[in-house]
Amino acid sequence: MKILLTAKGTEWDSKMDPRFGRTEFFFIYDEETEKIETYDNRAIANEAHGAGPKTAQKMSEFGVEVLITGNGPGGNAGRVLAQANLQIFIGAGEMTVKTAYEAYKQGELKTA
Amino acid sequence: MKIAIASGKGGTGKTTLATNLASFLAETEKIILVDLDVEEPNSGLFISGENIHEEDKFKMIPEWKKDECILCGNCQKVCNFNAVMKLGEMIMVFPELCHGCYACSELCPTKSLPMKPKKMGELKHFKSGNLVFIESKLIIGEEQAVPLIKQTLNYVDRNFPKRTIEIFDAPPGTSCPVIEATKDADLILLVTEPTPFGLHDLKLAVETMKELKKEMGVIINRFGIGDANVERYCEKNNIPIIAKIPNMRKIAEIYSEGNLLYKKIPEVKTQLEDIIAFISKFQQEVTL
Repeated sequence: MKILLTAKGTEWDSKMDPRFGRTEFFFIYDEETEKIETYDNRAIANEAHGAGPKTAQKMSEFGVEVLITGNGPGGNAGRVLAQANLQIFIGAGEMTVKTAYEAYKQGELKTA
Repeated sequence: MKIAIASGKGGTGKTTLATNLASFLAETEKIILVDLDVEEPNSGLFISGENIHEEDKFKMIPEWKKDECILCGNCQKVCNFNAVMKLGEMIMVFPELCHGCYACSELCPTKSLPMKPKKMGELKHFKSGNLVFIESKLIIGEEQAVPLIKQTLNYVDRNFPKRTIEIFDAPPGTSCPVIEATKDADLILLVTEPTPFGLHDLKLAVETMKELKKEMGVIINRFGIGDANVERYCEKNNIPIIAKIPNMRKIAEIYSEGNLLYKKIPEVKTQLEDIIAFISKFQQEVTL
C-alpha cells in the first residue's frame, strides 16, 4: 500500500501540514518496499485560485491509495480525488508524519 | 453622475449611508440606488418598493464533450485559474473557479469545450416614487462576484439615462469586486470609523482609489469613539472629510429596526445635507 501524507518537511519527524491544497510537501511511504518518496509542493503558494484541485491532480500521479491529512480536501479537490479512488483520512494536522502514520495504522483517524 | 460608496473595512456604514442618502435625495429628484455588494446585499432591508422586474443572470462556462476530445491537455495549459483539468482519460471542469474567459474553449483543437450558460445570480428592480432600487445577489456556492457586478452595471446603463444620479453600494475590501463596483464611478465616498481598524483599512481603500485615479471624500461614521488619527490622516493627505455621523445609541436602534435614520435623527439629516452640498459642488466643477 502506498500512503501519502501532507507534511511541512521531508522526514518522519516532520510536522504534518494541516492544509490539503496548500501543503508544502507530499511524504509518500510505500509499505511494501519501505521506500520514502517526497515531493516539494511549495510552488502552490503562487496559485491564487484552485490550489485544492491542482494539488489533488498532482497527488493522483503518484499512484497512492491512501491520503492522510489534517483538515481534509474541499469540494473541488474531493472530485479529483474521488476520480483517483483515494481513501482519505483526516484529523492528523497537529501530529508528526510518524505519529500520523501510526495513528492511521491503529485505526484512530477519521475518514473524510 | 455615478457615486460609489466604499470603505475598505466592512461594517462601517456603507449601506446605512447609501440607503439614507439615496432616499433623502429621492425626495426631490430621480435617484438610482444599486446594491453591488452581491455576496451579501442588504440595502433592500431598508428600501421598500414595487418589484417591477426580475431576471436570472448567467455566466458562461465550458462543458466537456468527450467524443471528439484527443486529451491533448491544451485546455489545462491555457487556464490561469485551475478551472479545467486533465485527469487520466477525462477533462474535469470546476465551474466555481472558471472566470468565463473562453480561452480553453476557443483554443481547443477539436472544439470539445463549448461554452454553456450557468446561472450565477438574480437581479431585482424595484421602484418607489423617485427612487429606483436595483440589487443583485449571487446564488449560494458561487465564488465570483465580478461577473455579476459587471452585468448589473450593464443593466443600469441600458435602462437609465446618464444624467440621473446613481449611487452604488459597493462591497467592502479592496479586491476585484470593489474595483469592478467603483471603476466607472465619478466620485467615491469612503465610509470609515475613527478607530485603528477603520484607519488601517481606510488607507488601503485610499491607495486603491488613487491607483484608479478617483476623486474621493471621507465620511466618518460613529464619530466620537476611538481617536483623531483618521482626521489627521485625511488632513495630511488632502482628502476632504465631508461629514461626521455621530455615535448615538438611537441610530443603532432605528437601524436595527430596518428604518431610515434621517427622518428621525436631525444630526444625521444635517450630515446628509453636507454630503449633498459636496456632491452638488463636485457636479458643478465637473460640468464646468
